[in-house]
Amino acid sequence: MAVDYFYPEYEIVRDPNRCIACRVCERQCANKVHSYDEASGKMVCDDAKCVNCHRCVALCPTRALKIVPSGDTFKSNSNWTDNYMKEIYRQANSGGVLLSSMGNPDNFPVYWDKILINASQVTNPSIDPLREPMETRTFLGKKPTHVKRDSNGRLVPNLEPQLELALPILFGGMSYGAISYNAHECLARAAETIGTFYNTGEGGLHKDFYKYGKNTIVQVASGRFGVHKDYLNAGAAIEIKIGQGAKPGIGGHLPGLKIVGDISQTRMIPMGSDAISPAPHHDIYSIEDLHQLVYSLKEATNYEKPVIVKIAAVHNVAAIASGVARSGADIIAIDGFRGGTGAAPTRIRDNVGIPIELALAAVDQRLREEGIRGNISIICGGSIRNSADVVKAIALGADAVYIATAALLALGCHLCRSCHTGNCNWGIATQKPELVKRLNTDVGTEHLINMLTAWGHEITEMMGGMGINSIEALRGNRLMLRGIGLTDRELAILGIKHAGE
Amino acid sequence: MNINAKAMHFKDLNAKIRECDDSQVVIDNCLGQRYIGTGLNHKDIIINGLPGNALGAYLDGSKIIVNGSTQEATGDTMNEGEIVIYGNAGDATGYAMRGGKIFVRGNSGYRTGIHMKEYQDKIPVIVIGGRVGSFLGEYQAGGVIVVLGIGEAGELPVGYFTGTGMHGGKIFLRSDHEPQGLPPQVICRVATKKDKAAVMGYVSEFCANFGGDPAELLNQKFYLLMPNTANPYKQLYVNN
Ligand code: SF4
Ligand code: SF4
Ligand code: SF4
Repeated sequence: MAVDYFYPEYEIVRDPNRCIACRVCERQCANKVHSYDEASGKMVCDDAKCVNCHRCVALCPTRALKIVPSGDTFKSNSNWTDNYMKEIYRQANSGGVLLSSMGNPDNFPVYWDKILINASQVTNPSIDPLREPMETRTFLGKKPTHVKRDSNGRLVPNLEPQLELALPILFGGMSYGAISYNAHECLARAAETIGTFYNTGEGGLHKDFYKYGKNTIVQVASGRFGVHKDYLNAGAAIEIKIGQGAKPGIGGHLPGLKIVGDISQTRMIPMGSDAISPAPHHDIYSIEDLHQLVYSLKEATNYEKPVIVKIAAVHNVAAIASGVARSGADIIAIDGFRGGTGAAPTRIRDNVGIPIELALAAVDQRLREEGIRGNISIICGGSIRNSADVVKAIALGADAVYIATAALLALGCHLCRSCHTGNCNWGIATQKPELVKRLNTDVGTEHLINMLTAWGHEITEMMGGMGINSIEALRGNRLMLRGIGLTDRELAILGIKHAGE
Repeated sequence: MNINAKAMHFKDLNAKIRECDDSQVVIDNCLGQRYIGTGLNHKDIIINGLPGNALGAYLDGSKIIVNGSTQEATGDTMNEGEIVIYGNAGDATGYAMRGGKIFVRGNSGYRTGIHMKEYQDKIPVIVIGGRVGSFLGEYQAGGVIVVLGIGEAGELPVGYFTGTGMHGGKIFLRSDHEPQGLPPQVICRVATKKDKAAVMGYVSEFCANFGGDPAELLNQKFYLLMPNTANPYKQLYVNN
């Protein structure tokens, strides 16, 4: 029906003087946008199918291609934006729930960009990280409240299990199923080289990757897919996934069609059977119940592994975190509302949850006030985009950060936000072998290592500038931060002063 | 080995069980200790008393016999092995179990068999002698649940909302009455001889543990619940 017709969002501009009709673009586009017209001997395209992933642009040997917004608009309206109108047409046509992927792209404030970092001048000299030692090593886990000695005065070790990270950055949970085998391999190998951790997400652990166990965090979600004793003991830590920033309060449903081959084995469910993760864990209706799951996991792993509880940043996040800190968990991971996803209902992704900056500041403050900050380490995620975001997050009170979208970008993701179609042209959010093999695991691993190494340099440089030579001295050091263009209320929640104060 | 669990903390009790080299551990005076037998294999446990929540969580091959009742989440995410309960079981019995068997002589609480699933040669089984609470087999993705309703005089031995979200596996109810208000994604019919033959082995094992005549039990009317493959769960999405 004409009402459902949208003029294509993007226009593919092909320079006819440059195009040599090599048909690379045709082979590279899984969305079948490009084709060769035998009659005219020219390339043609169907712009309507393009998701703007830039794969063809990047591989065209003569730089003949570019993708531009087509410029077609409805009559301008600040209330009824083009997007809202198109969404109604889509739903009127299908009766379907709108489905999107990757993080919330809407124009909400990004507090990281309204926070500035300090540097020393004259007093408290800055430190040159290239010449002087800088410590970014981070330990995640419960910190002891007292020193224990035996009757001879010798120290009795009473340290709970810790995760040791060379940098305060971990790769966040992305399941095998949501992302490809090759993407998982890159994350695992990079984590091993750098000295940090990647996270299986809720899809179980592929048998090939057990060997990266000491750099692996294994996840337990409500569907309990692939969870068994060996899996729990394979990783360095166990994460209980309660929620995810992109879709707080929502379960997951990987349709049976996607449960094929290795995915079925790794999740330990039959091929073709739906993988439904209920919205809650049905054995957790209270903090006491959470305590029970935490301890059953600790019992299953002989108290040797820290347990992480991952929650989405929602309105009462500080109170919830206080409960989590008392549940016996060693680490809490908080995922902000901009966090990515392989698929989430658009309305949930774009309207539910709160920004990680505010959630993190509120949680750290609350745990300090209650005197239980040492009970638990904090990992924050949900759009950490660069090393400055990391520094700001640590100064706001995080022990470490999760990065996921940033890691995928390093692997080649171009944020086309089409992961839910399963046609990722970069071999990341897809299970199609011909697409997966496009992600070269040696190159991908190296890219991740490069990115983290660069961020590490930048972090120590910013620390040095502040006259700080240990990440410990930056943690929760909000005096190193100033707000810009923020209201008194926002500054109060963030616990920072305004620039100039 | 015998362990007197009187006033013992669960951590100490479970550490003792883990460290013990015997092939059988008997726990006396058990009262509320949680996580007994977590992830255990190669070792059987006999419990005299009332174990706490999450008995046999992630169980990996051991047999646990409880001379008494259990509390919540018995056999949570169990992978292999057997749990035999001479009393009643609490809520969420067999939560997300993937393999092994749970036999309960008496009743079981809410959400029994929630999110059970099967995989390759693993087919988890729960047999309840008496009745169960609401939400039996919620989100069930595989495995077999049998509710015998012994002593219920043919009344329906389940609460409300049986099979909500069920998308795999089978539920057998010994009852003269068909459960009402089932979701459209679940079909229910009177079990045939052939259907019953498939669970004969499980009912025989139940009777071997607790007494009773399997043939006589199976002679009576059973209803069989299964997912309706003609009407699967689908929330229609539209790409945005
Ligand atoms: S890849 Fe470039 S040169 Fe080759 S056919 Fe496509 S547009 Fe032309
Ligand atoms: S979908 Fe990607 S590969 Fe295909 S035409 Fe668009 S930008 Fe090129
Ligand atoms: S992972 Fe692939 S499909 Fe998803 S946003 Fe990135 S490039 Fe697009």
